[in-house]
Amino acid sequence: MRWRHLDKSVFLWLLLVAALLVLVINPLARLVWSSFQDGATGAVTLDNYLAAYGRWRYLEALVNSLVLGLAVAAVCVVFGVPMAWAVSRTDMPGKGLVWAAILGTFIMPSYLGAVAWILLAGPNAGWLNRVYMGLTGAAAGPFNIYTMAGLVLVIACYSFPYMFVFTRSALDLISSEMEDAATTLGAGVLRTTLRVTLPLTLPAMMAAFIVAFLEAIALFGVPALIALPGRIQLMTTTLWQFFEFPPRVQVAAAYAMPLLSITALLFWLQQRLIARKGYVALTGKGGERRVVRLGAWRWVMLGYCLFITSLSFFLPMVVVLQAAFAKAWGRGFSLDNLTLANLRFVIVDQPITRAATVHTFVYGGVSAALALGLALAIAYIVHRRLVPFGRALSYVAMAPFVIPGIVLAIGFYAAYTSPPLALYGTAWILILAFTTRFLPIAYANSNAAIRAINPELEDAVRILGGGRLLALRRVVGPLLKRGLAGAFLLVFIPATRELSSAIFLYTTGTQVLSVLLFDKSDEGNFEYLSAIGLILVLGTVTLVLAGLRLVGRDFMLTRTTTT
Amino acid sequence: MSKLALRHLSCRFGSVTAVDDISLELASGEFVSLLGPSGCGKTTTLRLIAGFLPPSGGTVEMDGDPISSPASALPPEKRNMSMIFQSYAIWPNMTVAQNVAFGLEVRRLARAEIRARVGHILDVVRLAPFRDRYPAELSGGQQQRVALARAIVVQPAVLLLDEPLSNLDANLREEMRYEIRRLHDEFHITTVYVTHDQAEAMVTSDRIAVMNQGRIEQVDEPRALYARPRTRFVAGFIGRTNFLDGEVHGAEVVFDHFAIALARFDESPALRGKVAFSLRPQSIHLHRQPPAASERTCVIPGRVVQRAYLGEHWDYAVRPKDGELQLRVTARPHEVFEVNEHVWLEVDPGQMALLGSSIGT
Repeated sequence: MRWRHLDKSVFLWLLLVAALLVLVINPLARLVWSSFQDGATGAVTLDNYLAAYGRWRYLEALVNSLVLGLAVAAVCVVFGVPMAWAVSRTDMPGKGLVWAAILGTFIMPSYLGAVAWILLAGPNAGWLNRVYMGLTGAAAGPFNIYTMAGLVLVIACYSFPYMFVFTRSALDLISSEMEDAATTLGAGVLRTTLRVTLPLTLPAMMAAFIVAFLEAIALFGVPALIALPGRIQLMTTTLWQFFEFPPRVQVAAAYAMPLLSITALLFWLQQRLIARKGYVALTGKGGERRVVRLGAWRWVMLGYCLFITSLSFFLPMVVVLQAAFAKAWGRGFSLDNLTLANLRFVIVDQPITRAATVHTFVYGGVSAALALGLALAIAYIVHRRLVPFGRALSYVAMAPFVIPGIVLAIGFYAAYTSPPLALYGTAWILILAFTTRFLPIAYANSNAAIRAINPELEDAVRILGGGRLLALRRVVGPLLKRGLAGAFLLVFIPATRELSSAIFLYTTGTQVLSVLLFDKSDEGNFEYLSAIGLILVLGTVTLVLAGLRLVGRDFMLTRTTTT
Repeated sequence: MSKLALRHLSCRFGSVTAVDDISLELASGEFVSLLGPSGCGKTTTLRLIAGFLPPSGGTVEMDGDPISSPASALPPEKRNMSMIFQSYAIWPNMTVAQNVAFGLEVRRLARAEIRARVGHILDVVRLAPFRDRYPAELSGGQQQRVALARAIVVQPAVLLLDEPLSNLDANLREEMRYEIRRLHDEFHITTVYVTHDQAEAMVTSDRIAVMNQGRIEQVDEPRALYARPRTRFVAGFIGRTNFLDGEVHGAEVVFDHFAIALARFDESPALRGKVAFSLRPQSIHLHRQPPAASERTCVIPGRVVQRAYLGEHWDYAVRPKDGELQLRVTARPHEVFEVNEHVWLEVDPGQMALLGSSIGT
């Protein structure tokens, strides 16, 4: 009798709490805890912090990372803001082409961009240097990607889309009437721009600045390919060195604390900036948006946009394609240099890469399904108020958003290398880490999808005699289908290219393509690297095209960046 | 025995009491409206009846059996009721016919039976040509009729409607009022109808329960509710009215600058101390000359202070004997008076409704 009165949703709630414990809370707690633990004895100690911050080299890495972050964010402003303004407010031609190139930039994994830039601006052998030498007859080219400037350029190339998307959506909300209001009061174009347009877009730009900064300091792939050979110490590469044999997890955990706290703090700040809706929402949807006529300058503007997207997309794509199909990339663009041997080698001949290709898409798919299932269940019980403390569940589900991938990986390593849950060495540790890492994207999308379903649709099922399960099966499920396909892809795509958490958690049997690409980079076989990268890009393009069909034009550009 | 009974029903959310000790009984086949301003607890009451909410106190009984009490509530799906929601809640992933057939499928009727009943109800609500359309392809009024068909086809013991017309435009709303009443006259389903629109309640209902701040103020037939409101809230909420505050002095009830003999009131034995009445604007008649005295009416001199011509009628504000009180008077279009003109007000005390809540205050 008491059993029948017990609300069965309690069990679902317990299940979800258990899942979140494994995925989010335990790794984070173990990360913090192990930073205070002696590696050998397990006793509480501060030695890890002394070891992590006791050497100038480690402190220098911290400073370098901050400088890198600021520089990248500043370059993103220079790259992204003019493009956003041109696409949103001017009569610049070729907007579709610019948009496609930015989507292409988004699709290209940044570490593949780094490979491409090594081909482009490697000292002496890089394409740009060879062109320069050919044109001037000089003995050496001026470009060297293995420098701080090179590092900033490459990272900025793959972060500026955030700036573009944030600024463009802010500009899209400002109606021309607002600017007209200033003009009728006697303000000129310059004063209107400085006093009205710019302040209205500033919060969005600040938010994007923060995202770009955080992206830069938490990135592992590009620094590993460029900063390590260039002997530039950064936080993430230093963390990587702590993991070289024998791994010093406790020191790494201590060293990860500033990264974690800076990220958490800045994301909080960014949310506050975006939450000040009063700034933007007042504009409403009315009011037409007139385009600014640029005259001849529109061609200059288009030139600028194409220049930036050449740096981020067109040039890297050309050299990667060339290398992937070349017998030796240095021999250049000639027909007798063409070969399919690299792709054949990666896909067919090499068992490791063949397995890694399968792993990449299987792990990505499984973790996307897990993240989405968990996110949906949480979003549903929070919105339908089926359990007490639902809000707390949703906060925990969103928490991984502020954890850099590399820090999350250290937490997973600390939590799951020993019993009771010894997952290290199995595929599950990668799958679960990916699940956690992209849970916030899944949650944000599930939340939006569930919110769009009027609860009365379910009430209608129940009052006509159907139970809650029937309502889920016949009404909620079918209605969610479309939106969830998009959400699934939004998790699947980043999961297939994730490097920064995979690099700490893979073992020989569980390589994925991104790890393989990084692993093989010190062999200097760029034809091989490009072929691996090409497979990744082709896989992603297929998924994105599916997403575009399902969700529409703004798939990915708007939805990943506004989570 | 009543079909549906609410007994001392209460519902609290934290410190807020949404429904406060209400009791109401519906006879089988009766159509009762819950009428009140937004936030008065009428939708909460409906959801308590449906079983979507457990009561904090009191019971809901159907055919004499309790189905909701603070201890246990029968889940909505076991109540054999159906409901029409404010949003209609038509499932957008199913066609008109699939929507309507859903409740019958849940009840495991034979396929032929389902076909026949769906076909019949779609004829009744004039949707037969649209049976294979999806809801997004229908107009607002058609969607509304799908919701009606879906709720009625299962022949529920009780039909609940939650502001079903609030999302329609004015013309359609008027048409659907009569549609709802027509369907009730055809199927005789015991119905609870929630609305904030008095005209809707008047057209559709056998009885109306006026709610305010979680309580039922008065339950009556539409005509009685209008003619004899018992509280200040009901008088003010249903139609427009004048409030007259007075005091009993000897054989007279004294108002602001005028008095009416106590004996003229039907309730005269009960009147003492301070009293308040509601007097409808159309129950007052204006005259240029003092009208002949009659048994029923009394005559008060006054002055027009404001007027507005509204096409169908005049709207005057008249001050009896230059007091503070202003009375609203509705007059026919040909009854023209100028502002500041001296007039005679003819009032029938028998049409003055004594407001219960004023007794003893």
